[in-house]
Amino acid sequence: MIINADVAVIGGGPAGLAAAIECRKNGIENILVIERDRQLGGILNQCIHPGFGLHVFGEELTGPEYAQRYINMLAETDIKTMTDTMVLSLSSDRVIRAVNAQTGVAEIHAGAVILAMGCRERTRGMLRIPGTRPAGIYTAGTAQRLVNIEGLMPGKNTVILGSGDIGLIMARRMTLEGSKVKGVYEIMPKSGGLKRNIVQCLNDFGIPLHLSKTAIEIHGKERVEGVTVASVDENLSPIKGTEEYVECDTLLLSVGLIPENELSRGAGIAIDPKTKGPVCEKGFETSVPGIFACGNVYKVYDLVDNVTKDSVLAGRSAAEYLKSRSF
Amino acid sequence: MNSQKYDFAVVGAGVSGAWIAYELSKYTAKTCLIEKENDVAMGATKANSAIIHAGYDPVPGTLMAKLNVRGNELVRELHEKMDIPFRQIGSLVIALSEDDEAKIRELYERGLKNGVKGLKILTKEETLALEPNLSDEVRGALLAETAGVCSSFEMSVAPAEVAENNGVDLIRNFKVENVSYEDGYTILVSSDGKTVAARTVINAAGVHADEIAALFGDDSFTMTPRRGEYSILDNSCKDLVRHVIFQPPVKYGKGILVSQTVDGNIIVGPTAENIDDKEDKSTTTEGQKTAFDGARRSVPSVSERDVITSFSGIRPIGGKGDFIIGFSDANKALFNVAGIESPGLTAAPAIGEYVIEKLIESGHKFVKKDDFDNTRIVVRFKDLSDEEKNRKIAENPLYGRVICRCETVTEGEIVDSIRRGAGARDMDGVKRRVRAGMGRCQGGFCGPRVMEILSRELDIPMSEVTKFGGGSRMTEKETL
Ligand SMILES: Cc1cc2nc3c(=O)[nH]c(=O)nc-3n(C[C@H](O)[C@H](O)[C@H](O)COP(=O)(O)OP(=O)(O)OC[C@H]3O[C@@H](n4cnc5c(N)ncnc54)[C@H](O)[C@@H]3O)c2cc1C
Ligand SMILES: Cc1cc2nc3c(=O)[nH]c(=O)nc-3n(C[C@H](O)[C@H](O)[C@H](O)COP(=O)(O)OP(=O)(O)OC[C@H]3O[C@@H](n4cnc5c(N)ncnc54)[C@H](O)[C@@H]3O)c2cc1C
Repeated sequence: MIINADVAVIGGGPAGLAAAIECRKNGIENILVIERDRQLGGILNQCIHPGFGLHVFGEELTGPEYAQRYINMLAETDIKTMTDTMVLSLSSDRVIRAVNAQTGVAEIHAGAVILAMGCRERTRGMLRIPGTRPAGIYTAGTAQRLVNIEGLMPGKNTVILGSGDIGLIMARRMTLEGSKVKGVYEIMPKSGGLKRNIVQCLNDFGIPLHLSKTAIEIHGKERVEGVTVASVDENLSPIKGTEEYVECDTLLLSVGLIPENELSRGAGIAIDPKTKGPVCEKGFETSVPGIFACGNVYKVYDLVDNVTKDSVLAGRSAAEYLKSRSF
Repeated sequence: MNSQKYDFAVVGAGVSGAWIAYELSKYTAKTCLIEKENDVAMGATKANSAIIHAGYDPVPGTLMAKLNVRGNELVRELHEKMDIPFRQIGSLVIALSEDDEAKIRELYERGLKNGVKGLKILTKEETLALEPNLSDEVRGALLAETAGVCSSFEMSVAPAEVAENNGVDLIRNFKVENVSYEDGYTILVSSDGKTVAARTVINAAGVHADEIAALFGDDSFTMTPRRGEYSILDNSCKDLVRHVIFQPPVKYGKGILVSQTVDGNIIVGPTAENIDDKEDKSTTTEGQKTAFDGARRSVPSVSERDVITSFSGIRPIGGKGDFIIGFSDANKALFNVAGIESPGLTAAPAIGEYVIEKLIESGHKFVKKDDFDNTRIVVRFKDLSDEEKNRKIAENPLYGRVICRCETVTEGEIVDSIRRGAGARDMDGVKRRVRAGMGRCQGGFCGPRVMEILSRELDIPMSEVTKFGGGSRMTEKETL
């Protein structure tokens, strides 16, 4: 099956939704948003805490509420969506191959493409923490999904590695669900999370934040039984003699996000080795003409409000690109 | 006691036990395959280099040499029919010094004696033409064309599945801890009191084979665990090397290798360290450093930065320098298949054949089944053409739902992996069969959805889904 679109947006999170809506506002007619998940909204669907939208809407919303505003705006337009549909590949001449259970593999030929695939979390393997490989090790985002969407508790005694915002938010979430959070261990001398999250998620619950400390070994055969933590020197190397054993059955990792650019690479798009997102000159256009990028696929954002603002600009650029080509 | 009765009980569902069960399933004899874990291939077979060795390494005249070469032939013959991922990429033992050059000539000679085909000594130029990323210090290499890489999981899952489909009972979570005797049967008793009766017990318990033998009064060998650590690199590094790159063997094994895996990642390792605990599969900072320092001698540009995961395996070292295969002198109800160290993975299909040969020699009468079937077809969605993909999705829409986005694994494949013979029962079981969760995100995205599918297919609550059986529960409980 072949589908034609003026603009195809890959990813139906806040970035993709804002960009698609902006294209429509700028007169583009045939727009298609492709989303892998069963529903639109991206990672926001599992961020059930408040703190979203202060900049864009001037009020405090939860993640799903914030996403819903854009899903509603989209529903008022004739923008087409394909959910439960996975994009398998993208070529430099803007042909997308996508698969779902109803249509099988479809080819989407697009005038312009907007990349909005979001990011993934750094894992234990990338950190190379030595030790055993038991159950009970999760990235903070996966734990967030388990608790908030699946209704499952990862464990009773939790240690969190990394003080990124997702880690901080999960420290509070785990505590509220009845898990004892033994501490948040951050390898750097200062937390990477927002000040308000340190106050509201750790301090308010008496959860200790240990700076310049990291986990150097994981213990436990079947489930996690504990981790060895140690202080690190200025080169981030563990200091001998500072090792300490912390008993826990769960280890959450909040150690960074990486833009999800496998599709971009397949299309030959240049990737910035630092941000791990596409190199964009102006208007969020990548090194391949007619392909734009926005949201966490472009670079990792702290705040969804900023994702929205930039994605609007990306949508506008894509519309301008199409118009300049049709006249 | 009212135990299920078998002619043969194979203890240990590693690659050896699986291929023995496979061979036995060709006959009418009643067989069970007993495993202490929740899945097959959880011992040495789980974590190794996954190389199908050509056979130039073992000392001529040993059982190891004979079964290695025969095993290599059998893998090349059977892998398509049984759908075992295998790529005959060839191996190079590279020489980095004058000493090494003498060693590779010696290996070449040994190979000829062992009957290995496709061996060739290459010059420096020929070597670098095949492998441009090798160290400039390289002085030549031994090329072995019949060597290849496989999936060591599938090397065990495939024969176990065929065995189960052909009437063998796979009994999981049964840790043999005791034996007694009754009416010509040996009663195997598990740690939680379950029993199974068999006329002949085939001991393929890997690093624990000495403990099983001891239950039968056989203390003729002991097993020493020797750990090897590995790292897997991101598939963006896949062109680093195209063959299996060995350094000449050292005292404790085949040295640090750098190779493509069957899936196109790069593997670096193993180290060699004698340890005390037979189950201690930890990885260590020192081990990782040793592996990379060693690997850089062959391929200077390999880097720790590209690691996506690390693991370690336990070599079951029998101390006899050869495989120990045959009836126990101490107890005729026991048949040992022990000391199956490297190249055990390669040799396993031949070990299966050899066990039958030995049993026949000792007077056992086998009757062939006429309906034995070893055809196995596994759908790997990612590898299908678009037309084939569409045909599969039309047959079963679950093939249209991608669950693991890093490795493009569909719900249809995950369901298959659970429903097949010797199927998956836990997260690691799914991962090992279909690679869901093996990619860049290591299950971050698909983990919860795989849990859902397992819970539905096995009809257990989500909170009872485990990572690898036993107490390895993924989650603690449902939230309130
Ligand atoms: C776990 C986590 C928690 C966060 N918590 C907060 C928070 O509390 N507050 C805050 O302000 N910010 C938070 N963020 C920051 C986040 O960066 C933004 O808020 C925002 O969600 C990013 O939007 P996006 O559209 O770029 O990405 P996403 O929301 O991740 O959306 C990307 C979408 O693309 C889809 N997709 C990816 N690949 C494909 C493909 N091949 N085919 C089809 N579809 C595909 C995905 O399924 C997903 O729906 C969090 C981020 C993460 C990862
Ligand atoms: C680091 C390393 C690298 C290697 N590389 C290669 C290679 O590249 N190529 C190659 O050909 N070979 C290689 N090998 C060798 C190969 O992995 C082994 O020879 C092979 O896996 C041994 O298989 P097995 O079935 O005999 O033992 P195992 O796989 O250990 O199986 C024994 C099984 O018995 C079960 N068991 C134990 N005790 C009991 C009990 N009491 N009750 C019930 N069940 C029990 C265990 O759980 C286990 O599943 C390597 C080995 C290691 C460790």
